[in-house]
Parts: sequence; C-alpha cells; structure tokens
Amino acid sequence: MHTEPQILLKDVSFTYEEDASPALSHASVTIRPGEFVAVLGHNGSGKSTLAKLINALYQPTEGNVIVCGYDTKEEKLVWEIRRRAGMIFQNPDNQIVATIVKEDVAFGLENLGVPTEEMLPRIEQALSAVRMNKYADSAPHTLSGGQKQRVAIAGILAMEPSVIIADEATAMLDPSGRKEVLDTIRMLNRTKGITVVWITHFMEEAALADRILVVTDGAIEADGTPAEIFDRVEKMQQMHLDVPPMTALADALRKDGMPLPAGILTVEDFVQEVEKILCPSKSAT
Amino acid sequence: MLNNITMGQYYPVDSRVHRLDPRIKLILTIAFIVAVFLAHSFVGYVILAGFLFLSCRLACVPFRLLLKGLKPLRMIIILTFLLNLFFTPGDDVWVSFWIVRITREAFLQALFYSLRLVFLVAGTSLLTLTTSPIALSDGIELLLTPLKKIHFPAHELAMMMTIALRFIPTLLEETDKIMKAQMARGADFESGNLLSRARAMVPLLVPLFVSAFRRAGDLALAMESRCYHGGEGRTRLRVLKITRSDWIACGVLAVLLGLIILEGIVLKGVLF
Repeated sequence: MHTEPQILLKDVSFTYEEDASPALSHASVTIRPGEFVAVLGHNGSGKSTLAKLINALYQPTEGNVIVCGYDTKEEKLVWEIRRRAGMIFQNPDNQIVATIVKEDVAFGLENLGVPTEEMLPRIEQALSAVRMNKYADSAPHTLSGGQKQRVAIAGILAMEPSVIIADEATAMLDPSGRKEVLDTIRMLNRTKGITVVWITHFMEEAALADRILVVTDGAIEADGTPAEIFDRVEKMQQMHLDVPPMTALADALRKDGMPLPAGILTVEDFVQEVEKILCPSKSAT
Repeated sequence: MLNNITMGQYYPVDSRVHRLDPRIKLILTIAFIVAVFLAHSFVGYVILAGFLFLSCRLACVPFRLLLKGLKPLRMIIILTFLLNLFFTPGDDVWVSFWIVRITREAFLQALFYSLRLVFLVAGTSLLTLTTSPIALSDGIELLLTPLKKIHFPAHELAMMMTIALRFIPTLLEETDKIMKAQMARGADFESGNLLSRARAMVPLLVPLFVSAFRRAGDLALAMESRCYHGGEGRTRLRVLKITRSDWIACGVLAVLLGLIILEGIVLKGVLF
C-alpha cells in the first residue's frame, strides 16, 4: 500500500524555554494512515511533547510537523489539524467540560460550528461506538475512570478524526479500566481505520501495537515491530524501560541454553514455544 | 449528597413552570422583584402572596421548600424587623418603658419591610427551584448576548459557570480525600476554637488550590485540543425556544404588575 503519510515529523526539535535543554531533538518519524503506533518512554523522555506537537498544541522550535497534509506552523490550519487529530489526555477528570455526558461529546461539535440538527445523530453514533450510549444523560462524576476516558474518546470521535493521539490515557486507570479503553481504541483502529498514536509506559500495551517508537532523552532510540524492539532486552533495560515479563523470562532461559526463538511477548506465545521444545509430538498435532 | 450540591436548590419535577424558557423566567423574576418594590400596602402583599402561592402550585413545588430558602436569611429578616420596630417614630404608642418605645406605625413598618425581604427571597427561590443551574447559565448567556457589542464577556461567563458546576463534585471528592489523608497523619479539623480550626484548614486548602490550578491548566489544554476558540462561530446543542406558555406567563406577570401599580394609586397613604 502506497499512501501519503498521515503524520510526518521532519527533523523536529522542541525546547520549552530559551536555554533549557531540548525536550525533543532532531526527531524524524513517518506514520502511515491506519497504523497503530505505540510511543514508549520513561518519565521526561519527551513522549508527551511529541503528542502535543502532533496536536498543534506546541509549535516545533525547529523542523516541521505535518499532520494530514497540514503544517502545524500555519496558524490558520490549527483548528483543521485538531479536528483531524484528536487527543485524549491522562487525567480522565480534567478533560470533561460539560455536566452531562452527551453535552460533553457535543463540546467539540459546538466549537466547530456544526448545526444543531446534525449534532444529535453524531453524538449518538460516537457514544455507541464506545458503548457508552446508556450513559448519555449521566453526570460525568458518577462514571468510572475507564468510562470517563471512553466519553473523552467519544467526544473526539464525534468530530470524525483520522488520528487519535492518546497521551498516557490509561496511566490513571485500574487494570479493568485500562483494558476497557485499550480495547475501544484498538477496535476503532481496526474497524474505522483511525490512525492511533498510543503514548504509554506500559510494555504490555505497547506490545499490542503494530509498531513501537522508543523515545529516550528527547531522541527516537528505536523504531520497529514489538517483536523486534523487545528482543533487545539488554538495550531496553539500559534505557530504563521494562520489557514484557514473558520476553524477559524467555531471554533469561535463552541465556541458560534453552533454544527459545525471539519475538515472545505474551504468555500464550511463551506457552506455545515451550510446548514445542518440551513435547514436540503434542505441538505437531 | 454530591448531586444535591451541583443541582443547587433545583426541584426536579416536570411542570409548566419548569418547562418555561429560562430567559423568560429570569425576566419574570426581575419583574416580580419590581412588583415587590412597587407594592405600597398590605393589600399589594396579599396579591403578591396569592401569585406566589398559585405559581408554586402550578410548579408542583411544595410551598415549604419556598420558605426553606428563607432560613439562611432569617437573621437579616429579624434584624430588619427589630430595627424598624424600635427606631421608627410614631404617635400611637403601644409599649413604652425605659428607652424603648413601640408604636403602631413602627410595628406596621417593621412588618412591611421584613415581609418585603421574605417576598424577594421566596420569589427568587421559585426561579432556582424550577430552573436547573445549567439552564440558568444558558438563559443568562443568551440574555446578556446583546451586551457583547460593548465587549461584555457573556459567553465566557456562561462557560465559567458550566465548568464550575462540572468541577464542584470533583473538587468535593478531592477535599474529602485530602482531609482523610491529613487526618490519617494526625491532623485535627474538628476540635479547638474558631481560630485553631481555621488554622487546621491550611493544610487542606493549600493542596486543594494547587490541584485546582493543575486541573485548570489541564482542562484549558484539553479544551484547546478540542478546537475551543471562544464563543465566536459556536453552535449549541441546547437550543432555547419561546413557546405559547412563555407568552402566557408574561401576560400573567403583566397583569400582576398592573394590579400592584393600581393598588399603589388607589390605596396610597391608607396604611401609612
């Protein structure tokens, strides 16, 4: 498939204050439509800056960020970019504006000047896409963290975006809420072809992406499929990043002489490979 | 409990009064206040009381709720009554001892002015009992829209009210959490005199303020990323429409005002 890149970072640097060290330096990335890209990095690595650059909340100090064909440096295009590249933030409470769920979903549409008659069907569609239509008339503070994040996703979905950027959207949720939100995003990526930039420090989440970007100290350290990235166990640990527990276990066993292949990410992968070694007859059937 | 606070006094039933346009209700409330000030005698008050009672029935709001709104103001009402009672000059002396002198005129005037306060509070309570805070903020925004020409921030004001309403339960929850955290570390919010209790609030208020500012920053960023750029070119999900019952309500209020003005002309000087 040969298509225009959806998000293009051309030698981008960003500095918060005049003489501070850059939060991001000389980063170049190309993200194609429909990709699910995880951005991994520890605190202060510059991964959040990356998200805000794509959403045109920040302008690059050097280089260009091009989203859906629009340069974020052009002030007139900022609203176009933000409509097409919606962003979900970390704290579920601090991104809901209205006192009722459906009115919050309407917030973006109101800002875009969508006519009132058109709003209701779009809100309904967005809420049912995240399976929150039952809560359309609820007050946000009565919802769980995962539900609030799904409302935030619906608010973006109503604007019909091509990209969703999630800036550690699951960091403040409990495990079930985390799964809820991640499943919703993956479903939207698969069924609607929405490009996803998933910023996280959870390895298990990154392992589910099509592609992983590892950001350390404002530079893109690695770029590849989850299997490629996590097999470099030692390098990851040097960058203060954890590898998924199964990958680490496989790595340790490999060092002890067990002939395990590379690319083990989940418990299922691990069980399958170990079975192959321990009882080859069984796995052949 | 949390719901109570965001909804304010709002009494959620479906009635003709509840369904009136919030703009109209705001204007009518102002008209009622004017009527209260125009009333010159107790006859006028009887008319006003009758109107309040009937609208209360029509709104399906229990009358005692209307009177409950008076509770926080009872000291002011009592003070008004006493000051007027003791310091109004008059001829028809009822009681007189030491320096206290109560006259018939003073008693009537005291009653008149404290009842005026009662009417003012009850009338505005009827508005807040039958209009949800969010509808009120919509009404205020639309009523103030003409003032945008002189750069009055009508939209911003309404947006601030909405956000405040949205964050009240969140901040309350947070207050509760901080309070428990501080209590777990030995803070004491309940005992001691007023001063030491006020001082005990400092470790509660400081983290609360810090977090409120952080939330404000986050929210501003989230709003911007959802294309918020002020009230210009904005459409709304909730559209207010003036219906026939709104016009009828206006008519009723016009009759009320007319009656009160008439009463003022006919009965001028009868009671005073």
